[in-house]
Amino acid sequence: MSIAQISVFFGALALSILVVWYFFLSKKEGVHVAAASGVQETNIIVKGGYTPDVLVVKAGQPVRLNFTRQETASCSEMVLFPDFDKSAKLPTGETVTIEFTPEKPGEYDFQCQMGMLHGKIIVED
Amino acid sequence: MVKDPVCGMDIEAQNAVATREHMGTTFYFCSDQCATTFDGDPHKFAHPEPESTPEPIIAPATTGVNPALSGPTRVEFPIVDLDCASCVQTIERILRGLEGIQQANVNFATGRAHVVYDPEKISLADMQQAIKKAGYTVGGVKTRIGVKDLRCASCVTFIEESLRATPGVIRATVNIVTQEADVEYVAGETTLAQLRAAIEAVGYQTETEAKETTPEDAEEASRKAEYRDLRNRFTFASVLAAIVLLLTFGKFLPLLKQIPDQINFVVMFVLTTPVLFWSGSRFFVGAWSAFKHRSADMNTLISLGTGAAFLYSVVATFLPGLLPEGLREVYYDTTAIIIALILLGQLLEARAKGETNEAIRKLMGMQAKTARVVRDGEEIDIPIEEVLVGDIVIVRPGEKVPVDGVVAEGQSTLDESMITGESIPVGKGPGDDVIGATINKTGSFRFQATKVGKDTALSQIIQLVQQAQGTKAPIQRLADVISGYFVPVVILVAIWSFAVWFIFGPDPQLLHALVTAVTVLIIACPCALGLATPTSIMVGTGKGAENGILIRSAEALETAHKLDTIVLDKTGTITRGQPDLTDVVVNGNFSETDLLRLAASVETVSEHPLAEAIVRGAKTKGLALTTPEDFEAIPGHGVTATVEGRALTLGNLKMMAQIDATLDGLETQAQRLADEGKTPMYVAVDGQAAGIVAVADTVKEDSREAIAHLKKLGLEVVMITGDNQRTADAIARQVGVDRVLAEVLPEDKANNIKMLQREGKVVAMVGDGINDAPALAQADVGLAIGTGTDVAIEASDITLIKGSLKGVAVAIDLSKATMRNIKQNLFGSFIYNSLGVPVAAGLLYPFFGILLSPIIASAAMALSSVTVISNALRLRGFKPTVSAKK
Repeated sequence: MSIAQISVFFGALALSILVVWYFFLSKKEGVHVAAASGVQETNIIVKGGYTPDVLVVKAGQPVRLNFTRQETASCSEMVLFPDFDKSAKLPTGETVTIEFTPEKPGEYDFQCQMGMLHGKIIVED
Repeated sequence: MVKDPVCGMDIEAQNAVATREHMGTTFYFCSDQCATTFDGDPHKFAHPEPESTPEPIIAPATTGVNPALSGPTRVEFPIVDLDCASCVQTIERILRGLEGIQQANVNFATGRAHVVYDPEKISLADMQQAIKKAGYTVGGVKTRIGVKDLRCASCVTFIEESLRATPGVIRATVNIVTQEADVEYVAGETTLAQLRAAIEAVGYQTETEAKETTPEDAEEASRKAEYRDLRNRFTFASVLAAIVLLLTFGKFLPLLKQIPDQINFVVMFVLTTPVLFWSGSRFFVGAWSAFKHRSADMNTLISLGTGAAFLYSVVATFLPGLLPEGLREVYYDTTAIIIALILLGQLLEARAKGETNEAIRKLMGMQAKTARVVRDGEEIDIPIEEVLVGDIVIVRPGEKVPVDGVVAEGQSTLDESMITGESIPVGKGPGDDVIGATINKTGSFRFQATKVGKDTALSQIIQLVQQAQGTKAPIQRLADVISGYFVPVVILVAIWSFAVWFIFGPDPQLLHALVTAVTVLIIACPCALGLATPTSIMVGTGKGAENGILIRSAEALETAHKLDTIVLDKTGTITRGQPDLTDVVVNGNFSETDLLRLAASVETVSEHPLAEAIVRGAKTKGLALTTPEDFEAIPGHGVTATVEGRALTLGNLKMMAQIDATLDGLETQAQRLADEGKTPMYVAVDGQAAGIVAVADTVKEDSREAIAHLKKLGLEVVMITGDNQRTADAIARQVGVDRVLAEVLPEDKANNIKMLQREGKVVAMVGDGINDAPALAQADVGLAIGTGTDVAIEASDITLIKGSLKGVAVAIDLSKATMRNIKQNLFGSFIYNSLGVPVAAGLLYPFFGILLSPIIASAAMALSSVTVISNALRLRGFKPTVSAKK
């Protein structure tokens, strides 16, 4: 093997590790949602993903999420909360509110209809 | 000569230093300074105060108070969630406690508050706020009015104040960006026309059409914008890509052959760069935002693929020295064509996707826009948003019924096919329900509105279908899990195919490695996988709604195709749910007509359902009934009365025994009728048994056909009823049901379902949704048979709007068709990706010498997601094997 070939091999190995680490292994920091007058409310921007996409909330308190979609790509035109049986269409530029009350602590995913964009709600006691 | 609006100087228009357009008028200025001053507050100068007050319907006011309204003002507004009589006092107390309220009364029956207040001390908005704090909501109509030529921020305030000063307005905000006034007002207190006048009073023109505000329209608008954007990018990319392609093949063309390679490369670079960074910018932007979220999607793959090909070409163009002789290749054509093809795919996808929601759009389009109501004795046309519960609405032939209600006067036939799927027009008279969006065929009638806005049957149907479209089918779970890993895995495959080709591949290794890696990235299509289920569900649920079948969730739609047992409630499902006169037996002394006339006359004063059935039966036979005298009901036995001077007795065996009537063999007849599941009643005239009238809950005419069809679908059909075994068997025989669960108490129905489920069966329960709720909930799929307007039956997974059992068969057919479609889509996209990616990586090369071109890969990728959507759209052609429509 030439030097070039050896370096390509190790380069590929290094890149692979980087890809696996970046997409699967590294942990995302959750954003704690503050409660105001009994409701845990936060704004979420939808643009290539959900910002913020990991939310930490308290169990038993209503959660209000205001989604604003800032793109026209049709992937994100709907947001689903399968665990709470909630879904909403997100017309570009309009703020759409989703409300629910998580009763049990745990991790609940939310996503776009096609499953390309993901977010998570961590419900703590 | 014109006047400078700022300094007042008269100038020649053509000599003006500056001009400004404001609200459709051109203004001329003597100096830049005047123009700048004007820009600061154009409204002030364009409408100098003294002339700015035209004869208003509602005078503009800076105080927010309509001057015409000084002194006590009366207002009436609805409170939507008034559900207890005691709430009335709470709200009255709250209102009376506010400053400026002189009188406050809440009417529980009408759900409206009547308030006399001083508008200088308190506004409607304050009252609404106070009521809201107490936990109730003031019902208002929300509307948006387009305002023309809205340019300056200060104009906004004028319009808002003018609107707020209009009596009945709760809230008004003007958005300069959307050029709209967003108004919430109490219907009945003001009208859209008055709101328009309030805006026009401050010098603005309004759009004639009230702007639709539904999310669908907003969605439609954003979809259109997306489509236009894609089209522009595609057109641009395809034109430049074509030129680049021409240049690539330039070495074969005599004229272009002269141009040295390096110059040719630079020209191609200049042409490709805007394709990649303008037409393709959406991919890069998307990839970057996904990357920030530590995720990767289709954009990531396209960006990496085209980016790599482009970068290599740039090196070959500008730094050829870095590359050995023979590897100085450029891939500009590849880059530009990939971008163009993928954009074309997305363009087709966007168009097809718009069609998946056609059913909902059709439903929304059915809504009438205006209603003609009677207010203060006058007929006025108002937008349907302003129609209030209790309004008397007039509908003429050919018009749409605007909201739900009850006919007050007039006769007509209505085409209800759009809601119930029933194609035969239905006759309506006073007391009958009418459904909004149905079409009045023949006569003119007036009806009282009972449900408006979000509560109408049509709105509920739309909401239900939309909700269902937002749910996830369990079958999608696998696709979701795969999507989560898909893109990073494809990136890994691309990295390693590069490495393997570079290390082990034939010459030129670098070029092979690059091309295979790019091809892998481009061919993979996570979109097809993601689209597979939702698009089919979308089309399937919409198709259901068109057929009068409302599917509550994707899960219900999925489970329905796995059913093997279907439990039918007898009453109201197989049968009509109300008794009808079936037999009249006479023993010779009377004719059937006479006996029935006498018996029915007795029952005219009774309210018992059996009595009503006899009366109805007699009336349909055209018999003239008389009023009975000395009517007496003997509980558990029967009734007696005098009709036409004769002593009539109707009742059971015990009743006959009590009056010592001889039965003359009528008992055997009664027994036969009872065996047939009917309820026989003896009739005695002047103490002599004269005959029997029998009533029974009759079978719906198409139940038998529907059950036969369900059996043909391979389902075991079970009937469940509280009736005794004999009656139940009689009905079961009539409709062809083999298994009967009789004498089941209502509360045990759910247990019986559970028992069937323990036999390992997937069970559907069909009932009327009211007393069957627990059984419906227990079943794997609960189907409620509704009666027209009652669409939102909570316990059910599927609601059949039309009361026919055929709907069950149609629902199962639809579920099967949808699931077949989803499986085709999923299978197709799995196979596509799991074959496409290895082939792109060059797996076939060692055996057949086949290497895929990245251009072919991009065409395949674009096609794959379009194919998925097109396949889902095929479901629109779904035709049930049994027609729910007669």
